[in-house]
Amino acid sequence: MDKIYWHSVTLEKDNCKGCTNCLKQCPTKAIRIQNGKAKILKERCIDCGECLRMCPYHAKKAVTDSFEILDKFKYNVALTAPAFYAQFSIADNIDLMLTVLKKIGFDDVYEVSAGAEIITEKTKELLKSGTLPRPTISSACPAVVKLISIRFPNLIDNLIPLLPPVEVAAKLAREEAVRKSGLSESDIGIIFITPCPAKVTSFKNPMNLEKSNIDGAVSINDVYLKIAHKIGKISDSEIEKLSRSGRKGVLWGVAGGESEATESKRHICVDGIHNVIEVLDAVEDGKLRDIEYVEALSCIGGCVGGPLTVENSFVANSRLKRIGEELEDNKNIPHEDDVFWENPISYKPVMNLDDDISKAMEKAMKIEEIYESLPKLDCGSCGSPTCRDLAEDIVRGYASENDCIFKLREKINILARELNKLESGDIKNTRET
Amino acid sequence: MEPMKYHFEVKGDDFSVAGENSSKVKKILRQLGFDPETIRRVAIAMYEAEINMVIHAEGGYIDAEISPDKVKIVLQDKGPGIPDIEKAMQEGYSTATNSVRELGFGAGMGLPNIKKYSDDLVINTVVGEGTRLEITVNV
Ligand SMILES: Nc1ncnc2c1ncn2[C@@H]1O[C@H](COP(=O)(O)OP(=O)(O)OP(=O)(O)O)[C@@H](O)[C@H]1O
Ligand code: SF4
Ligand code: SF4
Ligand SMILES: [Mg+2]
Repeated sequence: MDKIYWHSVTLEKDNCKGCTNCLKQCPTKAIRIQNGKAKILKERCIDCGECLRMCPYHAKKAVTDSFEILDKFKYNVALTAPAFYAQFSIADNIDLMLTVLKKIGFDDVYEVSAGAEIITEKTKELLKSGTLPRPTISSACPAVVKLISIRFPNLIDNLIPLLPPVEVAAKLAREEAVRKSGLSESDIGIIFITPCPAKVTSFKNPMNLEKSNIDGAVSINDVYLKIAHKIGKISDSEIEKLSRSGRKGVLWGVAGGESEATESKRHICVDGIHNVIEVLDAVEDGKLRDIEYVEALSCIGGCVGGPLTVENSFVANSRLKRIGEELEDNKNIPHEDDVFWENPISYKPVMNLDDDISKAMEKAMKIEEIYESLPKLDCGSCGSPTCRDLAEDIVRGYASENDCIFKLREKINILARELNKLESGDIKNTRET
Repeated sequence: MEPMKYHFEVKGDDFSVAGENSSKVKKILRQLGFDPETIRRVAIAMYEAEINMVIHAEGGYIDAEISPDKVKIVLQDKGPGIPDIEKAMQEGYSTATNSVRELGFGAGMGLPNIKKYSDDLVINTVVGEGTRLEITVNV
């Protein structure tokens, strides 16, 4: 079945001023400015949220579910990422953060870190078995997985074929909710409090699963105030013992936590999508053959730096480390074997000029030719990220040479000169000679 | 159809940009829609040869010719030449200095990998004059 492609990051047209702030920051060159408004080429967008961060006018939005989604289900379980705990200065213990969720309307909670612990064990097992291509790349961050699927086809096989912790946690949460509530599966809402749009897209449009176990995703910044108002009012005696995962699972929320947990001796942890691209390029060129495991996270600092979080990522980072380090390691991690991808990830050649190589070559030559005639200032005024991209857009038929203001000025100057000549009678004279 | 031709200069004294041109070719091939395996083979072979030019031969020139059915990379340098090609082709043979080894090169795997990932490799080298590598990868 061919689904209509849906993804989370969108543009709030009314707010967009057509400035070029987002244009240059997009790691996959998915943004163009047309008629004074930004536009996202959706098949190229990996939902990293860089544009959300960059936009001074808040014109980029992530589509998430509103809190009212809870009304759709008889019994709701909040799935919490470790990054969520780090949003509140008052939160020095996880049980408080989980209790507050039950106060604002959830029937139960389940920590994603519990899923992370299961994936940690499985990752260790697979790395030890020596059956995976080296270096093995983490598949926990959906923005990175998407990036690989459109830009690094040779690295798809290097991705560890395990579900992200959030999906594992969702599955266990649903099983537990059925047991506890006696309701049927479809009456239960598994709602993730999300730090990022990439996760939302991965639930609504899963790349490696038939169907996600997550029924809804509410952003951290949408529940932030609700929680901030409640949290101070909870007395110590009200705090329930709800947490179950240990130190390693919680530390997955900060960059480096996953590598540490999986105990790989030769690992790289790279955070920030532009840095990730640099490292993946190196892996693709065969430069990192001595590396065993690559933890790659789209956001600087890891999920604590997610685009839909509220707290400054450096503050959140140090806070989460503090919370995590106080925990013991979980000695009772359940063994789960059903944690592999259901479907393989396929290469989506969205950057191709043409399906036919000969035609693509003709187009590439045309691009070179046009590029040579452009001023090479990469100013972005034309609405394409660089002069080369404009040349490409012209050949693809999205843009015209006149979109370049320098080209346009040249033409206007010529026209003006002609006009001058006409007025002073030069044209007539030249015709006669 | 006429192949697409690209010409690159490789600076011998700047290690920070070594490998930049193979990255460029990789990008071009991806845009042209070559299959991932071909791109991988070209990228690895060209990268190794480009690095050799910087480490062992003070830079030179690269010409890339892209046709729908094959990619040809010609690398020409004016370095010291390779006195014993047979030896140089052996896995693990390297004359890299200690300082180069500290940078992570000098495992003696470059030329063997170029051979492995290409369909055809022609090396012409004259001691004291330079080296020319012609790497062909068929699609
Ligand atoms: N362009 C060149 N000019 C002169 N000598 C070269 C050139 N390319 C390779 N050689 C010689 O051949 C040897 C083997 O090359 P090869 O690329 O296999 O290994 P390496 O460069 O020493 O190490 P590695 O490629 O694993 O980092 C080199 O050590 C060097 O002596
Ligand atoms: S979310 Fe990321 S990939 Fe998508 S348009 Fe914004 S910057 Fe580009
Ligand atoms: S690093 Fe975490 S928060 Fe950021 S995009 Fe990836 S999964 Fe989402
Ligand atoms: Mg070499």
